Amino acid sequence: MTTTSAQETVPTAAALALGDDALVLSHRLGEWAGHAPVLEEELALANIALDLLGQARVLLSLAGDEDELAFLREERAFRNLQLVEQPNGDFAHTIARQLYFSAYQYLLYTELAAGDGPLAPLAGKAVKEVAYHRDHAEQWTLRLGDGTATGHTRMQRAVDALWRYTGEMFQPVEGIDVDRPALEAAWLERITRTLHRATLTVPDGPRTGAWTAGAGRQGLHTEPFGRMLAEMQHLHRSHPGATW
Amino acid sequence: MATAVDGAGAGASGGAGDGTEYERAFDAAVAADERIEPRDWMPDAYRATLVRQIAQHAHSEIIGMQPEANWITRAPSLRRKAILMAKVQDEAGHGLYLYSAAETLGTGRDELLDKLHSGRQKYSSIFNYPTLTWADVGAIGWLVDGAAITNQVPLCRCSYGPYARAMVRICKEESFHQRQGYELLLALSRGTPEQHAMAQDAVDRWWWPSLMMFGPPDDESQHSAQSMAWKIKRHSNDELRQRFVDICVPQAESLGLTLPDPDLRWNEERGHHDFGPIDWAEFRDVLKGNGPCNEERLTRRRRAHEEGAWVRESAAAHAAKHTTGETGAIPA
Repeated sequence: MTTTSAQETVPTAAALALGDDALVLSHRLGEWAGHAPVLEEELALANIALDLLGQARVLLSLAGDEDELAFLREERAFRNLQLVEQPNGDFAHTIARQLYFSAYQYLLYTELAAGDGPLAPLAGKAVKEVAYHRDHAEQWTLRLGDGTATGHTRMQRAVDALWRYTGEMFQPVEGIDVDRPALEAAWLERITRTLHRATLTVPDGPRTGAWTAGAGRQGLHTEPFGRMLAEMQHLHRSHPGATW
Repeated sequence: MATAVDGAGAGASGGAGDGTEYERAFDAAVAADERIEPRDWMPDAYRATLVRQIAQHAHSEIIGMQPEANWITRAPSLRRKAILMAKVQDEAGHGLYLYSAAETLGTGRDELLDKLHSGRQKYSSIFNYPTLTWADVGAIGWLVDGAAITNQVPLCRCSYGPYARAMVRICKEESFHQRQGYELLLALSRGTPEQHAMAQDAVDRWWWPSLMMFGPPDDESQHSAQSMAWKIKRHSNDELRQRFVDICVPQAESLGLTLPDPDLRWNEERGHHDFGPIDWAEFRDVLKGNGPCNEERLTRRRRAHEEGAWVRESAAAHAAKHTTGETGAIPA
């Protein structure tokens, strides 16, 4: 990746962290195409995936060439949260992942948009999309949690399973200057309210393990991620130097 | 439509009336190029033909997501990935418009999906071919969407209003997809030798199946005459197929790609391109379920539906519990 003078004003670490989050989650949502439980969700999931991909392209372009960064970095060089790389699982797992991430992204982008940092213009635009993503995830959390017994069981299982990846969102990232404790408190409050309303129990396990605390941001990922990248990068890597 | 009698109020069943007032009004409306609307009287057979055709069209949009979605996770650049995601999303949207149009004829989406899943209703045979390389995404855009547009633009003037209006919206988006597919192939054709070969191979594999999308030759098309009389169809299969070939030949030239037909040449006398014989045995075989992906496409669709049942049931149970005007939105 080439270094340009623009990077003096753009926090590369921040652009990569946020860009990778959006890129990887977008990819996971793209895997749903043709598999969604109802036609309206084919549209909704693809729509969210597309918003996130748009955000990723802007962010990665701030840090270098978007395609080089997406297709030619190894697993250890990706800076995304472990949360967003988690496999889709069933629909409840996908919704729990969306619930946790979109609530965090909404709060973070709202704060970034209000500031005068170099990420403010992007955050201002993206936060409108993220508000929709968060609403979508919350509505589905309610429908699944407070619907049938099966829905309730599956949704509870999903929020429990992904809980240990949520602490990483509030680890420091170079170039993202926000009040992290306040962000975390607001996130926890919102999630608690949503889960209660959905008749679900807020998981009581730790929100970070020894391994997950800030690990994704350091390029330490979970096993499914390498396989995801292998699929994502295969074609691009098979034709070095080609344009598409 | 202005002149037809409102059959919904009259309780007319649309049976095989022979010169009834309803039938005369219907015929007059069709003859005057007026639109038939959901509450108008219509012959049972007209209704059944439309349900069959619109449902099949909707199913094709839904099944048609699969061959392209097959490449979303492997798209070679972020720009191409975004374009492909948007396209697959559009297709789901087209499916929704079309199921809504079919529902105006007194059927339901669940019933139609049941018929698709049980194999009682068909979808376009083209989606039973596999997408083997990235270039196939471009070939589908250029050729398959191109053939679909050639077929569908006349449907914007179809006698049934809801279908015609759905087609106006769909055709706008489809022509956008078609240009994107062409542009994808152009990038490959002008790229490395490997990319060029990939593009040519895709066009070689998709050309003939695309020509089959227009349906059997006119003398074997069982529904054509009646559909044309009812102005559901405006042109014959062979007429549309010829129009498509004439459009594609110069486009292939500017792409720098060849079409896999040694008999393809301009016929000065007819003012059209002559082209070689279509393998109708293959077409019938694919229609019967023996194409390369028939089993896989339907199985995947059924599985998505079955695996999603608990989600739909939970949403319905939630809605039943919260019917008193609650929005469900979490307050800020």
